[in-house]
Amino acid sequence: MVIKTEPFVVNIGPAHPSTHGVFRMRTTLDGEVIVDMEPVFGYLHRGIEKLAEERTYTGCIPLTDRLDYLASMSNNLAYCLAVEKLAGIPVPERAEYIRVIMAELQRIASHLIAVGSFLNDCGAFMTPILYMIREREKILDLFEMVCGQRLTYNYMRVGGVSQDIPDEFLPALDKFLKEMPGWIDEYDRLLKENEILLARSKGVGILPRELAVNTSASGPVFRASGVKWDIRRADPYSIYDRFEFDIPTGSVGDCYDRYRVRIEEMQQSLRILKQAMEQLPKGEVRSDVPHLIRPPVGEAYGHIEAPKGELGFYLVSDNSIAPYRFHVRAPTLINLTALRDMMVGWKVADLIIIFGSIDICMGEVDR
Amino acid sequence: MKFERYGIGIAKGLSVTIRHLLRRPVTTQYPEQRLNTSRRIRGNELIWDREKCTGCATCAKTCPQGVIHIVTSVSIEENKYKVEKFEVDTGYCIFCGLCVEACPYEALFMGYAYERARYRRGELVLAEEGLLASDERKPSGYAHPEIAATLPKQTLLLDKDRGKR
Repeated sequence: MVIKTEPFVVNIGPAHPSTHGVFRMRTTLDGEVIVDMEPVFGYLHRGIEKLAEERTYTGCIPLTDRLDYLASMSNNLAYCLAVEKLAGIPVPERAEYIRVIMAELQRIASHLIAVGSFLNDCGAFMTPILYMIREREKILDLFEMVCGQRLTYNYMRVGGVSQDIPDEFLPALDKFLKEMPGWIDEYDRLLKENEILLARSKGVGILPRELAVNTSASGPVFRASGVKWDIRRADPYSIYDRFEFDIPTGSVGDCYDRYRVRIEEMQQSLRILKQAMEQLPKGEVRSDVPHLIRPPVGEAYGHIEAPKGELGFYLVSDNSIAPYRFHVRAPTLINLTALRDMMVGWKVADLIIIFGSIDICMGEVDR
Repeated sequence: MKFERYGIGIAKGLSVTIRHLLRRPVTTQYPEQRLNTSRRIRGNELIWDREKCTGCATCAKTCPQGVIHIVTSVSIEENKYKVEKFEVDTGYCIFCGLCVEACPYEALFMGYAYERARYRRGELVLAEEGLLASDERKPSGYAHPEIAATLPKQTLLLDKDRGKR
């Protein structure tokens, strides 16, 4: 006798601990195997793009903090680059270096959370993420020292940064750079060769190279599929052409590769930080910018390699004090479009891991 | 998957967790033990200097949330603006610090404090008297380096965490 089965629909989310925010996956299951998956966005929509069109160019900077709240500095940087491109504002040398230091520290902080929550999803419950949060805390201390807050930094300004770094910042950064490689080694000893982790993540959720290119994925997800594409090298912004660093890539494009790429990127960020700290010049940190910026009529697109991928801001100016159009190219929203192809054919338990390995932040996806 | 490495990786990982038993805790018992915040902290509540304020309303124009409400009148004898009303709705304030940076007469400061929860929403709206500096309401060094130099040094986890016990 043959048992007749039929697929049925299960909603995972919007409020589910493993969806890292309010995200809903409408899955069609055949037993435990995923036959189809449809992502449902929009639960955290706050209308940031529209809000920004009614604010001054400087007043938009606090809004960009609230896009990807795990990497506010990167958001600030991308937005300021776009406005500087639009209005043709120069940035002093020292400010460029401070920006690079902040962006790379932010990359480490964001990757620590990404790796930690990925391992958490894999079932290494709480231990690795708490170790990583300890190191992130040290970075947040540095940010607090510089700009006075720990989550919504609002530090970069059009034409520089809001204020110079305090005297006690560089010794503290030096201390951090000395001890951080040891902690990264400890994370590797903890879980790099763990048999259970290998069994659960190797070969799971493969994003093939062609598909990764066609979905215009970016960031560690893209590089794990074996493509050497990093905007810091491909289209150098700020002063990234002065630093020496490698672009770590994966070979297969599975969840394990994405995890390894993030760990290796942290080591490369430490290299950049060391060079930037040694080369840091003295001087002004903010060029002379009028209180209300009125860029000439035109449009500009400024993009950076944010921790999660290519973050871009597209601005259109009509020569008023507020942007006429403010569009965000959010990396995680575009990385999520490949989610269905990664998931189909795997089981529900793998869904959690595949989703966790993309490293999303719903504040940025829905904005 | 076949069982290949006889759990060497798991044993390695466990050695790390066991070593952590011997480390000093990095946490603090919060209400009893308090750490120093950053000298530039953008704490709750603005602090306003009545003497320096000229009523130019640059802060109100800069505020992205529009929480600063300022009403001025022209006083003919002294030939300047007189501030009739200066009101901040801290319930809507996002503590971005743009008003403090924008103030051309250095009459606004962020607060060097935290824990300013209130029981009623009405208490969040601060007007003239409630905005002045006092012993409880100290200004922070945000955008004011001369004040930052007088404040205590920030406690860093980097200095506290000494690894092994």
